[in-house]
Order: sequence, then C-alpha cells, then structure tokens
Amino acid sequence: MTDRGRDIVTFDNVGLRYGADREVLSDVSFTLHPGSFYFLTGASGAGKTSLLKLLYLAQRPSRGVIRLFGTDTVTLPRKRLPAFRRRLGVVFQDFRLVPHLSAYDNVALPLRVSGVREAEIAKPVDDMLEWVGLSHRKEAKPATLSGGERQRVAIARAVIGRPDMLLADEPTGNVDPEMALKLLRLFEALNRLGTTVVVATHDVHLLRKVSGSMIMRLDKGRLSDPTGALRYPPRRENAG
Amino acid sequence: MSVKKPPVVKGNTAKGIARFGGNRAAALVPQARLAGPMPWVIAIMVALTVIAAAGGMALTNLARGAQGELSGAVTVQILAAQPQEKVRQADLAEKALAELPQVTGLRIVPQSELDELLEPWLGKSSSGDLAVPIPALIDVQLRSSASEEQLSALRAALASVAPDARVDAQSGWLQPVFGAIEALQWLALALVVMLAAISATAVWLAARSALGSNRDTIEIVHLLGGTDGQIARIFQRSIGFDAVAGGAVGLAIGMLAISLLGSRFAALGSGLMASGGLRPIDWLAIAAIPFIGVAIAMLTARLTVLAALRRML
Repeated sequence: MTDRGRDIVTFDNVGLRYGADREVLSDVSFTLHPGSFYFLTGASGAGKTSLLKLLYLAQRPSRGVIRLFGTDTVTLPRKRLPAFRRRLGVVFQDFRLVPHLSAYDNVALPLRVSGVREAEIAKPVDDMLEWVGLSHRKEAKPATLSGGERQRVAIARAVIGRPDMLLADEPTGNVDPEMALKLLRLFEALNRLGTTVVVATHDVHLLRKVSGSMIMRLDKGRLSDPTGALRYPPRRENAG
Repeated sequence: MSVKKPPVVKGNTAKGIARFGGNRAAALVPQARLAGPMPWVIAIMVALTVIAAAGGMALTNLARGAQGELSGAVTVQILAAQPQEKVRQADLAEKALAELPQVTGLRIVPQSELDELLEPWLGKSSSGDLAVPIPALIDVQLRSSASEEQLSALRAALASVAPDARVDAQSGWLQPVFGAIEALQWLALALVVMLAAISATAVWLAARSALGSNRDTIEIVHLLGGTDGQIARIFQRSIGFDAVAGGAVGLAIGMLAISLLGSRFAALGSGLMASGGLRPIDWLAIAAIPFIGVAIAMLTARLTVLAALRRML
C-alpha cells in the first residue's frame, strides 16, 4: 500500500499482553484497505478475538502503533474514542444484546447513542429488521430469540449506523451452515456498498465463499499473509 | 431471509444532534435496581436533616432573642436585713437610677410578684412573714448592653444612697445556659453535615451497585460509541428520581415532627422557649433541604459513575 491516506487500519509491530502474561499478539503488522473483505482465521486461542478487540477499541496494545481512519488510536485521549467507535460496527461472538431491550430497541441503540432523533429512528430500524428477516420479531426480547435470530439482531445493530468498517467475531459459530451462508451474504451485500468487512472465523469452508476476500491468518499471536493479499491487495472497483 | 441491498440509514448518525437521554436512555438500566430502598433511605436522611436543622435554627433564634432581651437588662438587689431600711434604700435607689442618662426603664418588682417567684421553694406564706430576709429587686433596662463599665457606673451612683445595693447583669446569670445552647447549635450543625455525608455515601454505594449489576449493558453502550457523560446521565437521572421521591416524603415527615415538637414546646408557656420559634426565612431554608439533597445525590451519582467509567477504556 503506497497511499497511506486511503488505509482504513494500519497495525505496525503491535504486541498485546494481558497483565504479566506472555504476549497474546506479537509483532502484528498489516494494513486494511477501504471496501475490502477480510477473513481473520486461526485456531482457537490464536488471538483472533484479541486482535478484534484492538480493532474495535476495547483494548489498547502493549506496544506498537495502531492507526484507525488515519489517526493513531494508541495515544488518542479516551474522550475521543467514542467518535471512532461510532464509525465501527461490531458483531460480538456472544452477540452482547441488551437482555431487557426488545430486538427493535437493540437495533436502535447505536442510532440513539449517536444522537439521532427518535422520529428518524423508526424507519431505518424497521428496514434493517426486514433486511435481516426479523420484522415479525421486533418486539421480542433476546431471551426468546433463537441463536440465529439473535445473531441477525446483532448484525442489524452493527450495520444500522452504516459503519466504515464491520468487525464480526465468529459470526457463524452459533448457526447452522445454511444460516451461516446467509449471514455471509449479508456481509457481502454491505461490503458491496463500500464497508470494509473483517470476519474472524475458524471455519475454513467460509473462506472460499466470498470472492475477492483476503485472508489474515493468526498462529499463536503472530500474523501470516498466506495469499500475499495483505501486502499486494487486489484493486477493487468499490474501494474507497 | 432474502439477501438484498442493506437499507440506507438517512440522518446524521455520528453527529449527535439529539441528546441521548430521557426515557429511552433510562430504559437501558432497569429502574428496579435503583428503586427499592433508595428513596426510603433518602427520605429518612432528609427527615432527620430537617429535624436537626429546624432544632438548630430554633436554638439560634432562642439564643438570639434571649440575648437581645437580656443584653441591657440589669437587676439591682437591696440586701438590707431591716424591712424599713430595705424599702427606704429601694426608693432612693429608684430615684437615683431614674436620673442616670443610660437608664431607659426601671421598676421595683412588686412584693406579690416576688412571692409568686418564691412560692415553689418557700410555699404560699407571704415573704413578709418569713424569717428569711428577701431582698428588694429593681429591674433596670439600659440603653446599651450591660458592660462592666456600665455596671460600675450604676454601682457608683448607688453607693451613697443605697449602700446595701448589689448590681448584676441579667445576662451573666444565663451565661451557662447560652453556653449549652451554643453547644447544641454546633451539635445540630454537625448532625446536618454528617447526615449529608451519610446520604452521599448511601448514593455512592447504590450507584456502584447499579454500575456493577449493569456492567454488561454499560460496556455495550461504550463499545457502540456511548460517552461517559451519556452513561453517567442515565444513572444520575435514576438516582435523581429516587431523591425527589425520597426528599418529598422526608420533608413531609420532618415537617410533621417539627410541628409536633413545636406545639409541645409552645405548651410549656415559658418566655425563653417562646422566643425559640422558626422565622419565615427558616422555613424557606428547611424547604430547601430536599432540593439540596437531590443535588447532592445527583452529583454523587455522576461523580461515582464517571470515576468508575474512567477505569474502562
């Protein structure tokens, strides 16, 4: 990548350790480009979730530099982080829906947090629930939803703010193969609109399902670039 | 589930054009977690604070009134043993005192009034029949407070006409009482401060407990781009509602207690106690206590939540 201004994420020699334990991520360096689709793979415990936590600003690295949307987020003051988080959509491995809110209110939450007026919320939330096929379950609480339904609510919540980058941690881990493929198609549809997508998964079968996707492989906290796509990304029509 | 183009969200999702507050924000924290005992704790604290503050202010008024009344009051006792000599010296003393410019009023206390004063100790017999000699008393009111200089001037004026006269400032007798009242005033102030501190501590504990039990929700809001201020406002609002409810109940209980105590003290019919009532400004100050309580509760909740959030990234 030669045009640094177009990079959506840059990791430079990043390391992460929790407390005094050994590093869970070591010397991680990569660049993510706008409008690209990435799979983050690796065995359980390889550091995928830790890497995603650094990306969605739930954690600061122990060392190295992370630039998000062109800004060094490692030294960024705490009070400026929310503005960056609002440009991200995150699908958590355990969904992390608010248990006492309905599916509708969970999906509406990012808009409300961002300060969108209540009158302007109803239509996009309804549209988003329809997009993920849950219009009929809008008043349901998470506890009454199936695993796949919760996953789709989590995706709708992550996507409703039209994030610049979508991060999904094992989004297909709790659903059957058919639903997994459908979820992947949702991510692809979003990606076609220009959103950078990073999907962490240990399911190697998914990797071939998205054409043009790039693979980042983590092994014991170290990143490899098996396709060379991280170093030499393919030109994309919708990039940027 | 059909896969089609995701809907386009219109509007300015990152601009924060409307505040994240009110009912929609409050719904994030189940209100039952903050409700329950909290309003009642605040009600008890406000009631106790109202009673302590009212007591302190009544004592202040009492002390101020008594001191104002007694500051220029002087008692002249004619201690002559012979009744005729006592009456003669009393008459001469009255005339001598009346001529002094610093004296604004005086009266010889009538024998009937003295008998009434002594009745609890000496019984109904007239003091004239008793073997115990009772001094003649003259109440003197000075233009200014009864300083030692003023008392010396009175003594000098009486030395030649009433050699058996003894001159005392009335406030001097009540000095120990004023000392005790002042101690009670400080006690009332200390109680008010301690109750405010206990209320703040109770709110601090409630806010921390609510934070702990809603930690997952707070983390989600944080990761969705919620600011510390937005999250703190949710808890601040919830505690604020509890404090308003508790403050209203506490004020009502406190006012009832004050009214009952006031009527009891008024029934004593004592001149000293009668000056210990509450003035309109005191009632206004008492009415302000719940508002101050609400402000302390909301501020404590906000600071507690902000301090806890600062420990998160």
